[in-house]
This record gives sequence, structure tokens and C-alpha cells, in this order.
Amino acid sequence: MTAIAPDRARIGFCALGALYLLLAAPPVRSWLEATMSGHMLVQIPLLAAIGFAACRLLGARHQERLLAIAGGPIPLVVMAFFASSWWMLPRALDDALAHPLVEVAKFVSLPTLVGLPLALAWRRLGIIGRGFVWTNFISMLAVLGWLYIAAPQRLCNSYLVDQQASAGWLMVKLALLLFAAWLGHLFVAGPPVGNPRAVHGP
Amino acid sequence: MSAVARSVAVTALVTVLGSGAFWWGTDGFTAFTAETARRVDILRAPRPLPAAVLEDQDGRVFNLDDYRGRLLAVEVIYTRCTTICNSLGMAFRQIRDRVPAEALGRDVALLSISFDPERDDPASLKAYGIAHGADGEHWRLARVRDAAQLRALLEAFGVVVIADRFGGFEHNAAIHLVGRDGRLVEISDLDAPLQFAAKLVETL
Repeated sequence: MTAIAPDRARIGFCALGALYLLLAAPPVRSWLEATMSGHMLVQIPLLAAIGFAACRLLGARHQERLLAIAGGPIPLVVMAFFASSWWMLPRALDDALAHPLVEVAKFVSLPTLVGLPLALAWRRLGIIGRGFVWTNFISMLAVLGWLYIAAPQRLCNSYLVDQQASAGWLMVKLALLLFAAWLGHLFVAGPPVGNPRAVHGP
Repeated sequence: MSAVARSVAVTALVTVLGSGAFWWGTDGFTAFTAETARRVDILRAPRPLPAAVLEDQDGRVFNLDDYRGRLLAVEVIYTRCTTICNSLGMAFRQIRDRVPAEALGRDVALLSISFDPERDDPASLKAYGIAHGADGEHWRLARVRDAAQLRALLEAFGVVVIADRFGGFEHNAAIHLVGRDGRLVEISDLDAPLQFAAKLVETL
């Protein structure tokens, strides 16, 4: 792994911090949270992505240390799985809108408990591990999307039924797209084992 | 500790903590939506209601507290609603018809509260009442004129109201039971009015 130059890392952190503050700014927050799709498919993934990108800027040594403390990639993937599932619960979305403390918890936990652990674990995962994470995520997205389309009543008190259905359709489409992209990537790029950037221990 | 042992130990810890969080956060894997959560919550801990001044379909002003000592069924509506409030109105009528005549008014009352005080003036409330068979005495229709009181009341009931694109509202609909002590004791689904009525009659 090539070390990231400190000034590049600094610029990166500043950019991520700015994006984070932008997402947290009340007008942007209420704009994204006004629709279920904006909340679930833009704000939440972006928060996780910020954590993922921030981890990459930490530098190899820090990442290795964090990985060692956590006990390798598997606990980290499990942690990301639990934390991301939590924010897929309809009542978690409602609670985030109704209680400021839950909203803060969302803004803190998505980068630190979803994005960061995934980024730490990702390079250590082989093709099987990555495939497991991808298929898990894609199938969860598709099933949840289907549930939102098929649910006869509102699952979130804060969103309209037609918003629920449109978020559901977007999730199903996104799942199909991701599946196609992942499959295509496997065939075109080949397995990531031979990836020269993969880390094989310190 | 070897790397593998550490991995297993931390994974186990994360799994236990994660499952624990889900157990706690979904009331024992039963309430995945905020709507179920509020029902479970109220069954466990009946909730006191804030004081509210209401105005009924004849312009009479009264307090929510005036119903203390009686069982009160409450639905939360707006009169222009063409969908779910009609089902609520029908459910309410079925409940009213199953309460023994001698208990009605003396020990049981019904109240439809509008969350749209701007447009639901006494005349609209009256029209809604007539359309659903309310008598205006044992089943009254009322609005809360004070915005802060209305907000507090909706919050206590757990009713979330959001404007839709057609000038109307979407809101979670249910039948609420307020006990003799003035606390919200149960929230029932509006497709099960008969069960609600049976329970009501049981507690008489």
C-alpha cells in the first residue's frame, strides 16, 4: 500500500469534514430527510461513505493498528452489519426525525460503526469475504425494497405511503444495478486476490 | 491471545452487543415500526395526557379533563379526510353501537379530535358527525384551538401528521382508549373495532 502524503491527507480530511458539516447543516438535513429516498438512499449512505473514506486517509500504520485491536476483519464486518441493519429499521428513521439525540447517534454511528469498520476490513477480505458482504448487502436492499413496495400500510409515521413505495422501487433498482456492477467487476477485473494494492499483513 | 482467538472473542462480543441492542430497540423483536412501538409502550406504561381546551361541533368549550371518571374512546381526524378517517368514523360507530345504552354518556364517551383547527370549524365538525352518525352528546367532535396544546396532545397520543401533496394530511390512525384516571391506556387497530368494543364493555 502506498502511504498517502500528509498534505493530501489533510486536504482529504478537510473535504470530508466539510461534507459532513454540510450534511449536518439544518437546511440540508431537512431537505434530505423530507423524503424517504433522500433519507435512506442519500444521507445514510453518504454518512457511511464519509467514515469509509476517512479511514483510508488514516495511513497504513494506523489502519493496521486499529485492525489488530479489533481482532481482524470478521468482527469489523459483523459490527458494520449490525449498525447498518439498525438504520434500516423503519422505527429508527422515525426516531431520528422525532428525537434530536437519536439523530446525533445516527450521524455518529454511521461513519464510525459502518463506514470505518468496513474500510478497515475490506482490504483483508478475500474474494469470498467480499462476495459475502456484497451479496448480503444487495439481498438485504432488495428484500427491504420489496417490503416497502408491498407493505399495505405506512411503515414510517413520518413519511407518506407513496414515498415509501418510491423508496422501495429505488432500492430494488439499486440492488439490481449493484448486483450487475459487482458481477461485471468480477468478470472484467478478475478476483481481487491478485490485486497489487491488497495488503498481506504488516 | 492469538489472532484467531481474539477475532472469535471480539466477534462474539460484537454479536452479543448487537443482538442486545436490537432486542432492546425493537421491544424484544416485536416492534419494528414506530407505530407498533407506541402501542407496546402504552400497554406497558399508560401515559398521562396534557390538559387541553376543546371546542365541540356546537361551539361549546370544554376540557379534556372533564371526561375524568369515564372511559373515553378517542379518534384523531380531520374532516376533509376522504380515506382513513372514514374508516375511523365507521369503526367508531360500530363501537358506539355496542356499548350498552345505559352506560353510554354515564360511563363511556366517544370523542373525535380534529388536528386541523383552521378549517375544522364547528360547522364542518357537525357535518362530519352527522355523516358518521355521531349524536353530538355521547360522541362529540371537537377541535383544539390552541396550537401548543394541540401539539402536546398529538405528541402524547403519538399521532404524527404530515401534509400530503393534495392539501390534505396523512396521519397514523387508530382508536385510543383513555382510562377513568385520564391516562391513555391502549391503542387499537382501526380494523378491529369489535374487539375494542368488547374490551370496553368488559371494563365497565
